[in-house]
Amino acid sequence: MAMQLENIIEKYNKDKTRLMDILIDVQSEEGYISEDAIKKIAGELDISLADVKQTMSFYHFFSDKPTGKYTVYLNDSVVAYMMGRQKVKEAFEKETGIKFGEVTPDGLIGLFDTSCIGMNDQEPAALINGKVFTDLTPFRVKEIIQDIRDGKNIEEMYRSDLGEGENRNELVRSVVRNNIRRIGPVLSKDYIPGRVIKEKLTSMTPEEVIHEIKKSNIRGRGGAGFPTGLKWEFCRKAKGEKKYIFCNADEGEPGTFKDRVILTERPKLLFEGMVIAGYAVGATEGIVYIRYEYMYLKKYLESILQGARDRNLLGKNIGGIEGFNFDIRLQFGAGAYVCGEESALIESAEGKRGEPRDRPPFPVEKGYLDQPTVVNNVETLCSAVKILLNGGEWYTTLGTANSTGTKVLSISGDCRYPGVYEVEWGFSVKDILEMTGADQEDVQAVQVGGPSGTLIGPKEFNRLLCYHDLATGGSLIIIGKQHNLLKDIVTNFTQFFINESCGSCSTCRNITFQMKEKLEKILDGKGIEKDIDDLVEWGKILKVSRCGLGQTSANPIVTSIRNFRHLYDELVAGDKDFESEFDLSEAVKASCDATGRIPVLN
Amino acid sequence: MSTLIKFTIDGVECMAEAGTYIVEAARENGIYIPTLCNIRGVKPRGSCRICSVKVNGRPMTSCTTPVADGMEIENNTPEINDIRKAIIEALFVEGNHFCPACEKSGCCELQALAYRFKMMVPRFPYNFPRKEVDASSPKLIKDHNRCILCKRCIRAIKTEDGKNVFAFVKRGRNVRIIMDPVLGEQMSDELAQKAVEICPVGALLPREKGYQTPIGKRKYDLEPIGSDIEKK
Ligand SMILES: Cc1cc2nc3c(=O)[nH]c(=O)nc-3n(C[C@H](O)[C@H](O)[C@H](O)COP(=O)(O)O)c2cc1C
Ligand code: SF4
Ligand code: SF4
Ligand code: FES
Repeated sequence: MAMQLENIIEKYNKDKTRLMDILIDVQSEEGYISEDAIKKIAGELDISLADVKQTMSFYHFFSDKPTGKYTVYLNDSVVAYMMGRQKVKEAFEKETGIKFGEVTPDGLIGLFDTSCIGMNDQEPAALINGKVFTDLTPFRVKEIIQDIRDGKNIEEMYRSDLGEGENRNELVRSVVRNNIRRIGPVLSKDYIPGRVIKEKLTSMTPEEVIHEIKKSNIRGRGGAGFPTGLKWEFCRKAKGEKKYIFCNADEGEPGTFKDRVILTERPKLLFEGMVIAGYAVGATEGIVYIRYEYMYLKKYLESILQGARDRNLLGKNIGGIEGFNFDIRLQFGAGAYVCGEESALIESAEGKRGEPRDRPPFPVEKGYLDQPTVVNNVETLCSAVKILLNGGEWYTTLGTANSTGTKVLSISGDCRYPGVYEVEWGFSVKDILEMTGADQEDVQAVQVGGPSGTLIGPKEFNRLLCYHDLATGGSLIIIGKQHNLLKDIVTNFTQFFINESCGSCSTCRNITFQMKEKLEKILDGKGIEKDIDDLVEWGKILKVSRCGLGQTSANPIVTSIRNFRHLYDELVAGDKDFESEFDLSEAVKASCDATGRIPVLN
Repeated sequence: MSTLIKFTIDGVECMAEAGTYIVEAARENGIYIPTLCNIRGVKPRGSCRICSVKVNGRPMTSCTTPVADGMEIENNTPEINDIRKAIIEALFVEGNHFCPACEKSGCCELQALAYRFKMMVPRFPYNFPRKEVDASSPKLIKDHNRCILCKRCIRAIKTEDGKNVFAFVKRGRNVRIIMDPVLGEQMSDELAQKAVEICPVGALLPREKGYQTPIGKRKYDLEPIGSDIEKK
């Protein structure tokens, strides 16, 4: 152990900015990170013990106790519940004799909940020792636990065929399915790796590249929608010793899984996009920040990177462009949704807690290691390749006048064909329902843009997906009438934000929690009219939070009040305006029993 | 070379050097913006959000945002003040603050702000969380009931070679301040004293000392928080 730990620390040159990698390696070697290991790491990196602990304790997948020889992380997201998670969870507990959050006494199996793992189109799903198990049922759980007891290795526990496409790659070997249901410029197969570098980049100046991207009018696909050309230009103009391109592959918004599919099927397109961005801004290093949940793709992605190096699509004088050097490495996260926020992502990549930074300064001025940094979503970078190939002009012929191009959507929930659809901007929600074979009579609501987005009802199904109406990072969850919107959906989303808050802002740490308590009071039938108004008012306090997580964490409650007010009205007592959660008869019961008095209560 | 720029706070014309943080710029112009996590002279970290103002209509923290020419800042408006009051109330219910028994009463910035914003009863129900009092350090008593997680101690208290003595652990509602077991023990008395002074509330207290200034004669007993700035 001591020897191994030394090797791990040595592997990262005792660099404290690589603390995440060190912790990930120790966790995966040992199954947990012991107090001794923490001491050793702190000593070798010359930082305080407290520093190691503050990073380590931030991330869901780091543990200071053993988590079992087989560690099960069962997805906790809304869609998992819609698809039968509760029964699966109960089966796990019954078969193992332990509760979630515990490890069996023999140390064999650990059961844990985890936030959305990006498999919403094949739920209920779980990670077991880093490998994905999809479409779980109580029957499958029984088999899995038996297989574990029989000492099988993970792959021997698969009972289905491997998934399609590269999921079958020798380096992946996963049962995950892509479910690509509609293709466009990003997902289509007519892509020749390296072509844009060799045929276009070689004859363009960085300014011309930026000009082409600007002409396309593409905006960031990660949710915030910032114009990509402008971002690159800012970074190009910023002063720094070294510049960086980050690809944001953290994909933590529940219900989003399109980046997983792109990483699986089009990684060469993505890496080419990073090279183009690097050329445009004058960066020499690219880093793909990938969520821990997609670790099963690591070896495969690394082999693709090596292939690109071998073909001079990465490395020195790329594509023969004299003096253009650029390489890419992977950086894994360790389970924290907030790390998808671009400045938190940079902090995390520097080996720290994933707490968003105060802005200004913005990453394009002062990002990774305080150097100018572009952070772009996976899909944005992929689209950039096609823009250079076909021209910015061509891109504007797709989509609408103000929202150009295509969007890769992750669609899940109550529809016949959940999966990944690449559509031009301007589709209506109704189109989406028809496209995915949802029974429109049975749909009560659609969550557009994940928990931080909007919950809309049938009256609004003619709204359009575009930056001017329903802007979205791409997740749509279709919710059938059989679900209780407030109990099953809104409460789960609100709890998600509470779990995933970094805890830095007093507002995000406190107000979301207070709102959830109030929502539960209403759901318990103890609410009054004023509670609904309070929720709307309290939602406004969150707007002064530092990052998008806190700023949008009231959205599930506030947008459901806006669009489904009747559900709240039905639950509150309209005729009361006093504090109703206090039950006087209950409160005085014990003393009345003791004294034999009968209270007069009205 | 200094460049003076012009901006307005609630319509009042102000001037300051370009690049000054809004709170400081306001102070120089005799305008008080409440702060809690900010410490003058230490790199800001917008944690408490109480200094939020609207800059050209958008919420920003004034302790982290530099002034720029032509900025229109809203500070003393009913909307913003109510948010600040809500933040204070939420901090009170997040911990356990029994002011009359607290050594910091009268010098506590949280308490002083509650008075300034005329807080009566918090709009949020009390949570009465179970939190520990940690007296294991030879230098300091750490009372988690009173900690408002402002991170001042993390940012201001470092060893001579720049290492962190304090740190945050966990995340979300589980965050907690820890002291490095080794560095905390080696801390000089001066540094420990500095930690006590830097803490805006009574979460870090010296050992075997207390109540040296009688209640009633303490800083904010004498004048409300912010009044020194507004007097200028
Ligand atoms: C809490 C939070 C989570 C986010 N998660 C992601 C994510 O998983 N992937 C992503 O690309 N952007 C995410 N973003 C947006 C990023 O901050 C950033 O805007 C984006 O990566 C920029 O790339 P783009 O311009 O190509 O969209 C998130 C933002 C917030 C506030
Ligand atoms: S809004 Fe929430 S998640 Fe974002 S920085 Fe503040 S506390 Fe952290
Ligand atoms: S101990 Fe004091 S200074 Fe440190 S975070 Fe808590 S309240 Fe702030
Ligand atoms: S004083 Fe500015 S956020 Fe706390």
